[in-house]
Amino acid sequence: MKDDSKSTETTSRRPATGGFMMPRHWGSGSPPPKVKNVRSILMRLWRELLIKHKAKLTLVFAMTIISSILGLIGPLLIGLAINAFVEGRSTYVIITILSGMLAVYSISALFSWLQSYIMASISQKAVTDFRGKVFSKLHTLSVKFFDNRPHGELMSRLTNDMDSIGNVLGGTIVQVFSSAITVVGALGMMLWINPLLTIAGLFFVPVGFIVTGRIAAYTRKYFMASQQDLGALNAYIEEIITAQKVVKVFAREHFCTQRFDGLNNTLKKSNVYAQILAGVIPPIMNMLNNLSLVMIAATGGWMVVIGTATIGTIASFLNYSRQFSWPLNEIANQFNMVQSALAGAERVYEIMDQNPESIDEFDAIKLNDVSQEIRFENVSFGYVDDSTVLQNINLEVKAGETIALVGPTGAGKTTIANLLTRFYDVNEGCISIDGSDIKTISRKSLRNIMALVLQDTYLFSDSVRSNIRYGRPGATDQELEHAACLANADNFIRMLPSGYDTVLSEGGDNLSHGQRQLLAIARAILADPEVLILDEATSNVDTLTEMHIREAMQQLMKGRTSFVIAHRLSTVRNADQIVVIKSGKVLEKGNHEDLLKAEGFYYNLYNSQFKRLPQQRSVIA
Amino acid sequence: MMLKYLKPYWIIALLAPMLMLLEVIMDLLQPMLMARIIDVGVTSGDIRFVITSGFSMLGIALIGAAGGLGCVVLSNIAAQNFAADLRLDIFKKVQSFSFTELDKFKTGSLITRLTNDVAQVQMVVAMMMRLMVRAPLLFFGGLTMAFVINTRMALVLVATVPFLAIVLAILIKKGFAFFGLAQKKLDRVNVVLQENLAGIRVVKAFDRAEYEQERFNIAINDLMDNMIKVAKISSFAMPVVMLIMNIGVIAVIWVGGIELSLGHMEIGEIMAFITYAGQILFSMAMMAMVLMFVSRGKASADRIIEVLDVEPQIKDSTDKDMCIPEDSSVKFIDVSFGYGGENHALALKNLSFSVRPGETVAILGTTGSGKSTLINLIPRLYDATKGMVLLGGMEVSKIPLNMLRGMIGMVLQETIIISGTIEDNIRFGKEEATEEQVIQAAKIAQIHDFITSLPDGYKTSLGQRGVNLSGGQKQRIDIARALVKKPAVLILDDSTSAVDSETEWNIHNAIKRYTKEITCIIVAQRIASVMDADNILLLHEGQIAAQGTHQYLLANSSVYLEIYRSQTEEEAG
Repeated sequence: MKDDSKSTETTSRRPATGGFMMPRHWGSGSPPPKVKNVRSILMRLWRELLIKHKAKLTLVFAMTIISSILGLIGPLLIGLAINAFVEGRSTYVIITILSGMLAVYSISALFSWLQSYIMASISQKAVTDFRGKVFSKLHTLSVKFFDNRPHGELMSRLTNDMDSIGNVLGGTIVQVFSSAITVVGALGMMLWINPLLTIAGLFFVPVGFIVTGRIAAYTRKYFMASQQDLGALNAYIEEIITAQKVVKVFAREHFCTQRFDGLNNTLKKSNVYAQILAGVIPPIMNMLNNLSLVMIAATGGWMVVIGTATIGTIASFLNYSRQFSWPLNEIANQFNMVQSALAGAERVYEIMDQNPESIDEFDAIKLNDVSQEIRFENVSFGYVDDSTVLQNINLEVKAGETIALVGPTGAGKTTIANLLTRFYDVNEGCISIDGSDIKTISRKSLRNIMALVLQDTYLFSDSVRSNIRYGRPGATDQELEHAACLANADNFIRMLPSGYDTVLSEGGDNLSHGQRQLLAIARAILADPEVLILDEATSNVDTLTEMHIREAMQQLMKGRTSFVIAHRLSTVRNADQIVVIKSGKVLEKGNHEDLLKAEGFYYNLYNSQFKRLPQQRSVIA
Repeated sequence: MMLKYLKPYWIIALLAPMLMLLEVIMDLLQPMLMARIIDVGVTSGDIRFVITSGFSMLGIALIGAAGGLGCVVLSNIAAQNFAADLRLDIFKKVQSFSFTELDKFKTGSLITRLTNDVAQVQMVVAMMMRLMVRAPLLFFGGLTMAFVINTRMALVLVATVPFLAIVLAILIKKGFAFFGLAQKKLDRVNVVLQENLAGIRVVKAFDRAEYEQERFNIAINDLMDNMIKVAKISSFAMPVVMLIMNIGVIAVIWVGGIELSLGHMEIGEIMAFITYAGQILFSMAMMAMVLMFVSRGKASADRIIEVLDVEPQIKDSTDKDMCIPEDSSVKFIDVSFGYGGENHALALKNLSFSVRPGETVAILGTTGSGKSTLINLIPRLYDATKGMVLLGGMEVSKIPLNMLRGMIGMVLQETIIISGTIEDNIRFGKEEATEEQVIQAAKIAQIHDFITSLPDGYKTSLGQRGVNLSGGQKQRIDIARALVKKPAVLILDDSTSAVDSETEWNIHNAIKRYTKEITCIIVAQRIASVMDADNILLLHEGQIAAQGTHQYLLANSSVYLEIYRSQTEEEAG
């Protein structure tokens, strides 16, 4: 008896990959990530996030222009004031000038505050906007996407990477803009005062650009690596914390810590490289500035000697050259923030650019119920390209029938549930409801008529009430409690510390496994579905409770089409149809009596469950 | 408290600011040199002087740049090492948490603390190293130069300082509350996010994407509101600082102008003074910024310390009173346990039973009767509230945790697969296991054949390449994992629920043949699984309702009989 290769879902709390398997970032030998076009990313950020704040942004830029100009005027006024004193002008004049300065500085300060406040709120809104969009995009992606990505890694993109984008949207834009204006203004003044000196002063600027540009390309790569490593670390943390029980039970804390340490150190290195590269720029710029100053002094001195300039001119010029170089430095400094943000944006856009689950056609059928039948016709499927989990499955379930899928583990039973709910789509063949291929039915309406109770129950760390209500948001409390009663959950819920309002712990430890399954069943009952899919739902529940549930289920299943996937033959005995699946193929079909008579696989399976019990029969009977 | 993490790097941490010192001194010298070049060189037309001074300026600039560069490199190294060490310690601490503590903090929040909060603190540390020297130095240096030039005017400048201090103090006080909140809101975002990722199937199956979107939107909008408030406050700081200082400059000009007209000062001096005033202003702005960041960093540091300060409930035994178990017997003496401590409802009440070495004990009972709770006490995943749990005659709390858990092989109800290869997963039970041991364990768990049927066999990676396993396969890998370390006590918590009966029977037989000294404790649902147990405990509402062998219970316990009947009734039709 050979179990077939690949089969069904991972446990709902397990990331499909993580620590061991993370792709190594380029710093350790694999090719560098493709650095996307800077311009296209910036344009995208603009279009998608910032453009709606156009009005406010215009206001901010207007304020920036004014405050920058005011900033340029400042020195002029100082010069004026000093001259007024030197020339012995009247106190009235001096006070006017000084008041003018006060006005200039006050307005400057006011605008400065306003613009950074408005920008901060714009950037926060933009980031929040973006986060919401990515989240919504995530929900359009297929289950396959999530099965192949560690949760922590995705989380990192929505938090850490977003943060670096937000930092730039907030401070950098204004900073760069005001610096740019100041630079242009100062340049203008310099040219106006003395063009020759200006050339001398600008001599080293191109060098600065080239150096910064070169470094920038590297910093971006290192920031990307750094963010990737952060994502990997995030992923590992999430994985290990959620798997703490296993770690503890096997006393593997030390082992996990070592792995963590490895990822930790990788992150540390990337960060160090990235930050050092980025931090190299200010000292270099500083030095270039000083070089420029020397150039100016030398040229200026020579000009004074040959009489083409005065000391005053030089002094004033020096002032403006400082006003020119300082903002330029600022822009260079902001560069690393921008690099970091670009790296972050790339990672987030990677998610946004994923292909969603095939979009429902515009004319997708909206299903309300199953009036005739569900049919599997020649269905074949495999999770991975070169393997098949299901081969040529043919099933026919009439509306209101209960069909039980039995068979050895790994035979493909849960896969059938995956296909029915379109978590995955068939490779070959067709699943149809009332004659319509489910691929043509809108996923929303398909899932609306179905309710699923999975093997691994997933409950949210919310109140019991909210969890059950997940089945049908508009349900009243009575309907909710009624569903719980039917699932035999009402009793134990009332015994919980806060009854229905008890908040479930994240680890689910304030409920036993069986209790959690009962809650999941209550949830499904509340959903009042047309099609019920029970995937080994009652396997972790004791037989007494199972019996009660079964009774409730019988009630519930009346008139509903039900797929029951179980190992316990007691569960399936009353099904209208039993389908035996082995190695991905349908072996036998029929009801309980027919299959027993056939004395085939089912017959053997059935007897083996009670292998030793037949001897006891005489005792009871 | 955070500083102790910096200690190992104290050399670098001190060197960095010193190098910065170099850069700052050069920066301070520069205006002076410039002034000399102008006043002496340019005025007197001495080009050579200008050029030689220029070169010395260049030299100074180079030294300054080297200093600045060195500082950047060193401060980064120190800061990143600091952060890495801190993260490691937090992680180790989290691993020592009991489940109660894990639950208190929630995964999302722990992730935030391990990544975001550490990043905040690290930023502050890096900044401190760079600016801690630069800002005060520029400040005092500039102030000194200002005093050197003209005392009266310098005093005018100094007069502005108290105003600044007051404003900053107010801002920081207000801001601090919001900083802490910001991190909490970030926690919430992480929590919602994590739940959605983990429960994506449920969300899709019940078509609750819109509902979840709303939940998420609430969380991120909450965060946004908080961050905007933070921005409101911190954006106030710089402009106010600048304004106050600029007013100081105006005052300086007023006074300076007067001095000038009185002939006490030269223009050059006034220009230099204003330059130094600018430097002072700049340094004050820097310090204001640092203070803001420190404030934010403190909020994060507090959260980190909150984690580090936790005294885990499950304390390992100290070397003093450590005990070594004598055999593989298990005994419960009057054990009571409640998840909420003694004052809350008890999950187990006055439980007593014993298991001899090598025996197999089965535990049956209805849902919530306390079966899993009971077995969690043996490897000390939880500690009993009252009474004693003994392993090999020794109290489990006195056995070193590593030894205790090393002796126990436990297969949980929920299968948890670690990402990696199948071999990695089985080997998780015992790191030094040889390949033969791994294969042997797999054979007993009846999973070996399946594994070898896969193209990559034991090296098959689980997860990413799309090898999804069925429930029964996962359970068997779990069992192999527990077996590979040849435990003294094997605990199976309903571990064969997803496995068909025949396979289950094979597993049990194989285990029994594997070692006869293993004490087995099996929690099960099906009587068929446990009929051959040496002792069967029937649990009901946290107490032992009945115990005995299968035959004994059939005869003496009506509950047991009823369960038995319901399980076999099927057969009778």
